[in-house]
Amino acid sequence: MRSSAPEKAPAALVGAAVGALLFLHLPLLVVIGYAFTTDSATLSFPPPGLTLHWFAVAWGRNDLWQAFGLSLRIAAVSTLMALILGTLAALAVVRGRFFGRETITLLVILPIALPGIVTGIALRSALSMFGLGFSFWTIVIGHATFCIVTVYNNVAARLRRTGRSQIEASMDLGANVFQTFRYVVMPAIATALLAGGMLAFSLSFDEVIVTTFTAGQQSTLPIWILDQLTRPRDRPVTNVTALLVIAVTTIPILLAHRLTRDGESDR
Amino acid sequence: MAQSSDHRSPGTSQNTSLSTRLSATLYRRPLLALALLLGPPLLWLGLVYLGSLLALLVQGFFYIDDYTGQVVRKLSLRSYAQLLQPANLDIFLRTSAMALAVTLAAAMLAFPLAYYMARYAPGRVRGLLYLGVILPLWSSYIVRVYSWKLILAKEGIISWVVSHVGAGGLLERILALPLIGGPSLSFSALGMFLVFLYIWLPYMVLPIQAALERVPRSLLEASADLGARPSRTFRSVVLPLAFPGVVAGSIFTFSLTLGDFIIPGTIGNSSLFIGQAVLRQQGTAGNVPLAAAMTVVPMLIMAVYLWGARRLGAFDAL
Amino acid sequence: MTRPSTSAVRLDDVSRHFGKVRAVDGVTLDIQDGEFFSMLGPSGSGKTTCLRLIAGFDRPSSGRIELHGRDMTNLPPYERDVNTVFQDYALFPHLTVAENVGYGLMIRRVESTERRRRVREALELVRLPEMGERRPVELSGGQRQRVALARALVNRPRVLLLDEPLGALDLKLRQQMQVELKAIQQQVGITFVFVTHDQEEALTMSDRLAVFNLGRIEQIGPPAEVYEQPKTAFVAGFVGISNLLNGEAARKITGADAGFAVRPEKIRITAPSTAAAAGECVADGNVREVIYLGVSTRYVVELGGALQGTDLAVVEQNSGSPASGPQPVRGTAVRLLWNQAYNRPMAGG
Repeated sequence: MRSSAPEKAPAALVGAAVGALLFLHLPLLVVIGYAFTTDSATLSFPPPGLTLHWFAVAWGRNDLWQAFGLSLRIAAVSTLMALILGTLAALAVVRGRFFGRETITLLVILPIALPGIVTGIALRSALSMFGLGFSFWTIVIGHATFCIVTVYNNVAARLRRTGRSQIEASMDLGANVFQTFRYVVMPAIATALLAGGMLAFSLSFDEVIVTTFTAGQQSTLPIWILDQLTRPRDRPVTNVTALLVIAVTTIPILLAHRLTRDGESDR
Repeated sequence: MAQSSDHRSPGTSQNTSLSTRLSATLYRRPLLALALLLGPPLLWLGLVYLGSLLALLVQGFFYIDDYTGQVVRKLSLRSYAQLLQPANLDIFLRTSAMALAVTLAAAMLAFPLAYYMARYAPGRVRGLLYLGVILPLWSSYIVRVYSWKLILAKEGIISWVVSHVGAGGLLERILALPLIGGPSLSFSALGMFLVFLYIWLPYMVLPIQAALERVPRSLLEASADLGARPSRTFRSVVLPLAFPGVVAGSIFTFSLTLGDFIIPGTIGNSSLFIGQAVLRQQGTAGNVPLAAAMTVVPMLIMAVYLWGARRLGAFDAL
Repeated sequence: MTRPSTSAVRLDDVSRHFGKVRAVDGVTLDIQDGEFFSMLGPSGSGKTTCLRLIAGFDRPSSGRIELHGRDMTNLPPYERDVNTVFQDYALFPHLTVAENVGYGLMIRRVESTERRRRVREALELVRLPEMGERRPVELSGGQRQRVALARALVNRPRVLLLDEPLGALDLKLRQQMQVELKAIQQQVGITFVFVTHDQEEALTMSDRLAVFNLGRIEQIGPPAEVYEQPKTAFVAGFVGISNLLNGEAARKITGADAGFAVRPEKIRITAPSTAAAAGECVADGNVREVIYLGVSTRYVVELGGALQGTDLAVVEQNSGSPASGPQPVRGTAVRLLWNQAYNRPMAGG
């Protein structure tokens, strides 16, 4: 729908668009702002003063560090599994025509398309049916399942763009399947893998709905925040934590965006 | 260029390594290669995920014995029958109504932004805008919910703005309304509505923008060439072509609202939504069969919705 | 120089089905060592599928494929002594030109000084000596095509497959590359198997060509033979233009019932009452269209009288000599004369 000459958009349209954008972004700025307030009891606006004190307090909180560490470890392992499974699925789907192609895509998307509560309760009831307890690994299983799709999408899209002929050319020149994968396919999908992996990391780090069902006693960082939401105890520390989570989830996304966008410029 | 004896003879190639022999076997048996590639992910998704979904479905056909409180593993429709109790029907209606309201509002709010991005924004700005929509989408859900807790708080921003503008009385009267209101903004249906809208908005913007972008410039020019004024072109050409995108976005807003329990739990008033009811049933009440049965309801609603959406062409817009 | 020719590529009743579609249907051909062999046909005729079967990217549903006498039907591409130049060049974007060209050598662990030397040689052969350190994205289409050629040739395959390599180039560049390719083939002396839909290209470059249609080969032979003696109506119509006459029209002109084809350049246009020489066919009509082609002019002549409804195409060179008389314009009544030896018998059509 691009115009060849830049058109002027009607003012009302621009206003509405800007409004929607502001609506999307201001709340996060609010959170960032509140991390600095001196007020320890209420959420009054405007803040009575600004301070960095709560950052220091948060630094000293053990429960916070444990939750953070758990979230990191879960995200790391889930991402690794998603990378492997997602890449395998993408390779299978793109390489040739076979009957179940669309079914595979649907299957991969399903965990993220169905409401989190369905996935959560399904996993939980399956676990209880088999008498398995909750642990680090039950959380990871849940996370890896819906993280597969980000890797799959990215890698499949990149593979489609790369086209078949490079792979055929490599084999034509004497490389077997494994060598072709190492010298031609991997370099082609490297940034897509990275981007997909980072998105998966971000997704896992932030996940809270499925995690409440599969976590048992443990607290990931989002669960910690959720606790605070329902039984607020440490407002200021929570604000700082929220700021931290924003940073940890936003930065991979920005990086992933750069990676997949840069890939489009070189042909 | 001299013709040296550099030829490849089959079988005696420079690397008759294991990898080459394995590779050749896979070449001769493409199905085996496919099985090896697809096996692990399929096993995972099939066994772990589909398996649990199946287990859940089956659980819905069990029921809780009223006296012992234990799950009776006999197939029956008792748990599903409980869904028809007025209290439960209330929950479904309430959740669906909220989902509908959020979907409509999101469509209205998202459209101008998507339209601007697809039609008017110059190249670099478009990339930035896209990033601007993607970022909230992928950044932390729980923090975004938390942010509204801050905003809606009694002593927070909105109260401050409202009191400065002198609309304090208006706000109180809204909060006193039966369906929408609640004890405070931070615990009301109106509050929930705002948060839902905020959280799901990016899911609506992106499909609409994608659908609009696929409208070729030449269609608009043809419409103008045939005598239509801009508003008519918009109504007759742009909107119908953008509609599948709206439907695609609505799939997300609807489905996500149906299943959510965190937002109603933290910002809602005491009336339950589907998600909370499910959580409560499988947790404190220990009634997993009922919880399972309840979960089926949003799945059914979504299945019907998806079927309708597919007929409207939304799947091409995803 | 005569030398015993051996079969380089042999396809023995090869077929490839995709469900009900028979992309290649019982193809048998025998490509000789050292020849420039073209596979010509419209899109979907099976020529590219055949090439891919020879290369090994696809496996035949039935039949045998032999390279230099050895059965290759079940061998993967990396074990066949064949290299391919792809239609989209398929250069690896993350490698430099030199690394691209040396890829096959790297895989086969050729030692690096030797590898560098051969890469340099290959680049000189395709006349891109200074481009080693560039990346494919920095090159023009013609340059990329030459890198693809170098990358294939550096491995000294005994057979080189080319899949419509010149399709993306503009006319002048294409003509230039045709000459260069032919020169390289003769210099290197290996077998070239060349796929194209451009019949002019095939006629120009090949020692022999095969005309494909709907998965089958309709004719194989040297260019002049295929052009002058087409065996089927399809070949007559696809390779060059042909006038096809049968039934009533044929009888009126030759007196016999048999259908035939005659090339437009074999017909000459004369004034309406010119006498026909012995052994010449005659047809009278009006010029309906005049199409100026620079080198020549093509006329569409609508026949009259008993032959009403039949059109004949005539091509005359714009040689400018006074003997050819004034150029006929639309509507002019003319007489067409041609030697009946040029009538090629044709069934069907």
